[in-house]
Amino acid sequence: MYGYGKGILKGLGVTLKRFVESYLEDLNWIGKKYSAEKTAFHSSKNQRGTFTIEYPEQKLPTPEEFRFVPFLVYDEGESGKKEIRCTSCGICAKACPPQCIWIVRTTDPSTGRPVPQPAEFYIDADICMNCGFCAEYCPFDAIKMDHDYEIASYGRNLLNKERLMKSASYYASIRPLNNAREVEARRAKEAAKAAKAG
Amino acid sequence: MTTPVVEAINLAEKFPGKVTADARPGYSGWIISKENLVEVATFIRDEMGYDALTNLCAIDYLEQKMMEVTYQVFKTTGGPVLTFKAQAERVDPIEIPSVVSVWPGAELQEREAYDLYGIRFVGHPDLRRILMWEGFDGYPMRRDWKEAFYEEDAKPLKSRWPEGKHKLAETRATFGDNVAFKPGFDPDKWIPSDPEELLYATLKNYKSEVKDGIKTDHVVVNMGPQHPSTHGVFRAVAVLDGEIVVSIKPVMGYLHRNHEKIGERNTWLQNIPYTDRLDYFNSMYNAWSYALAVEKMMGITVPERAEYIRVIMGELSRIQNHLILFGMLWNDLGSYFTPALYAFEERELILDIFEAVSGSRMMCNYYRFGGVVRDIDEASMKKIKELVFDRLPGKIEEIDRLLSENEIFVSRMKGVGYLSPEDSIAYSVTGPNLRAAGVPYDIRRADPYGIYDRFEFDIPVRHNSDLLDRYHLRMDEIHQSLRILQQALKQITEGPVLAGKPQYTHRVPVGEAYGRVEAPKGELGYYVVSNGKGNPYRYHIRTPSFVNITSMEKMCVGTKIADFVAILGMVDIVLGELDR
Amino acid sequence: MSNNELNSPGYEIPEELEGKVAITTLDKIYNFGRRSSVWPMMFGLACCAIEMIAAQAARYDMARFGMEVMRPSPRQADMMLVAGTVTKKMIPAIVRLYNQMAEPKYVVAMGACASGGGPFKEGYNVVAGIDKFLPVDVYIPGCPPTPQALVAGMIKLQEKIDKQSISQVRWYKKGADTVETPIPFLGPDLIDPRHIPEIKAKAAELAALAAAASETVA
Repeated sequence: MYGYGKGILKGLGVTLKRFVESYLEDLNWIGKKYSAEKTAFHSSKNQRGTFTIEYPEQKLPTPEEFRFVPFLVYDEGESGKKEIRCTSCGICAKACPPQCIWIVRTTDPSTGRPVPQPAEFYIDADICMNCGFCAEYCPFDAIKMDHDYEIASYGRNLLNKERLMKSASYYASIRPLNNAREVEARRAKEAAKAAKAG
Repeated sequence: MTTPVVEAINLAEKFPGKVTADARPGYSGWIISKENLVEVATFIRDEMGYDALTNLCAIDYLEQKMMEVTYQVFKTTGGPVLTFKAQAERVDPIEIPSVVSVWPGAELQEREAYDLYGIRFVGHPDLRRILMWEGFDGYPMRRDWKEAFYEEDAKPLKSRWPEGKHKLAETRATFGDNVAFKPGFDPDKWIPSDPEELLYATLKNYKSEVKDGIKTDHVVVNMGPQHPSTHGVFRAVAVLDGEIVVSIKPVMGYLHRNHEKIGERNTWLQNIPYTDRLDYFNSMYNAWSYALAVEKMMGITVPERAEYIRVIMGELSRIQNHLILFGMLWNDLGSYFTPALYAFEERELILDIFEAVSGSRMMCNYYRFGGVVRDIDEASMKKIKELVFDRLPGKIEEIDRLLSENEIFVSRMKGVGYLSPEDSIAYSVTGPNLRAAGVPYDIRRADPYGIYDRFEFDIPVRHNSDLLDRYHLRMDEIHQSLRILQQALKQITEGPVLAGKPQYTHRVPVGEAYGRVEAPKGELGYYVVSNGKGNPYRYHIRTPSFVNITSMEKMCVGTKIADFVAILGMVDIVLGELDR
Repeated sequence: MSNNELNSPGYEIPEELEGKVAITTLDKIYNFGRRSSVWPMMFGLACCAIEMIAAQAARYDMARFGMEVMRPSPRQADMMLVAGTVTKKMIPAIVRLYNQMAEPKYVVAMGACASGGGPFKEGYNVVAGIDKFLPVDVYIPGCPPTPQALVAGMIKLQEKIDKQSISQVRWYKKGADTVETPIPFLGPDLIDPRHIPEIKAKAAELAALAAAASETVA
């Protein structure tokens, strides 16, 4: 036999090192078992020792661009009125690769003209592939990808407008940088419009 | 348009009346009359030096009442692919001569074309259905074949907006589900034919014999589709003489998700997230090849920074692919889950980067035509640099130390699964397995795409063509990937990452294109045809897993059945890509 | 479930016996045993299977929930984690595996494909949701669900088990519920034995329509 078992011992040395490391490293985190600091350390280049994230007590931070099932953004108007940003232009439904978005446009009953608001809005989460095209191509920043992945349920997930609506402040909290950029862009657009008008 | 091939030999002049140049606008290559296909193909192989067939696919030109089969061949000494076609009238039975006698690598691809288009390849040694089951009604990829949930020819569907009342597809389908039967079909009177009969008939030596006065039977062993070491829903049927494999056949289609049919209905852009789900380990690499093909047709130049980002993400993807392969292989060889856990640790750190940059760990959906969707933010860039410069080199070395010299491991792998270089080329093997057979063929060098020509890196080659060499070769490749990454991270410049404005509809000029890249598992190619509309007319994926599995029987016959697991692991198949 | 919860059945323990005995209900101890040792079947279909393996690996470590023992044999498994796209070619094998599992058994549909067909729903070889054949306990949306989302789904399954009562669960009852799911078979298309009368009626109707149409043409 080549090596007479040296290769096996060499390999076992690696596992032994890992074994010892996992105990030594844990000593550093006594009393800070679920801290964000520990999570960050175990996701960095210095990661060594126990790799486990003890979900649900400890959670991996979701990065800003993380995308799960989409949601509809509403602005909080006066006295808590939900002003949905969606104008039912249908771009998201057209861009959607598995075609899991259904939109019914509102029509004014008196004139028969379309009103820029969705009467019904469905996303079939059992078809949705979380690709994010709807959010990417929405010109009104009205549909965004959620960060909430804990939505396992005991039934199928057909999400209607009520289930989909989430506040603009929630959106700002999960995607602060994107939101700041979009707010700035909208402001600039308004300003340009005002300047043109004036 | 594929890159025009500058060829010294003009086939049309050489074979007057038998070969004509493809003069349709946007098309290139040669059209060979089907009667002379084998003759001309032999000439192309022997005299012109195109020793390997890479892609074979059928196209249904319904309006022109014509079926076409396209072949892409390449030289293992390098250079772009040569395209040629054979055409047949679209009247059943559609017959085209088989080229298996010229390039044995065509075997499974011709079976696929037969299964999905109903083209009979005359002279094929084993023409059976491959992805669908024997007895399935119709040839589903034909353009006039409609599935039960068919709604419209092209997306976006009109029923979604503005009057998009939610309606389950089931309520619309005739039989209330995703099934369709002929009028008058009676399940009670339907006599089931043995679906495995044809399969078993093709197995060699499936017989009993009398040896030394003892009657011995060969045993048929089925592995899969649910088996812990077939890496998914793959199935293999082997005939064993004791423990020795006498004959083995792959059975697939258990994850046939109809990528191509759906892809022809999708708009050009909508196919990008679907490509992620082909080789789900390497979603960062899959879309590259598709983007290349479409960018070629549209004539888009990708900005400098985007090219660098593609290389960075692609090579990170290659590293984690090979690591997982090691982990899973060792798992199959009996070291249980420990090495896989070590491999997963590095993979998780790489996936963290993918998640931060693209938004998803596995299904990145990061490519767009003309670049990538968003820039790498500074924090992620810092993390990539830390990984590439500080962590990965040491960790790869550790994984190397863990098992590379392990005597048990080495004796399980040495000399097992031999495939000669000639056979490797003949069976269209690409990727690490081809290079482990001593053929230095890597598309990154042989037919460069992106900006790979700017980096200094070696194409590792090994010569024994056994499992051990395939393993070592992948280890070498990881080191070369790190080298590329280190150069790319030093050279990357600031700038835009997307040419033009983001848009969700694209006009692609009429024509055809074949884009190919060196994915971690081998050559990944997309053959797309546009008729000028918003969605591809033909969208064919040539995947390394599917074509590489053609050589499985050659590698396995004569080895023990226990080694089959290791051989299959080293072919590095992934079912999403194998079955599409 | 903490020890505290397990040992508080709502009965008063006499003072002199406190600390000496523990009283629980049969349901609680039964559920505790089952929910803490849900062994999944080692069985991956597609992309989601990779996330399932990731969830089994060191970082998310489902062993913390007693779910680390992946059994390749259905006889030893308690839970079928349907991780990926279910195709028509594969469904007979899946139903057979489910029938072979010993009870109590649970089915979790992981990802959009197993829940309702997912992005491949329109495909000709795809079954639009495993719930057409098997009783699904938990649906986990996402494509694919991240390992954390999967673990969240597993916790949801444990919650469900916690609420079950030994006298109510279907596998201890007599009657139709314990009958095996009939295994679908592959004819000209996938045939579900439970739907044969409907298929027959519809096909006959189509044939009548076709005959009527050809008559009007003639």
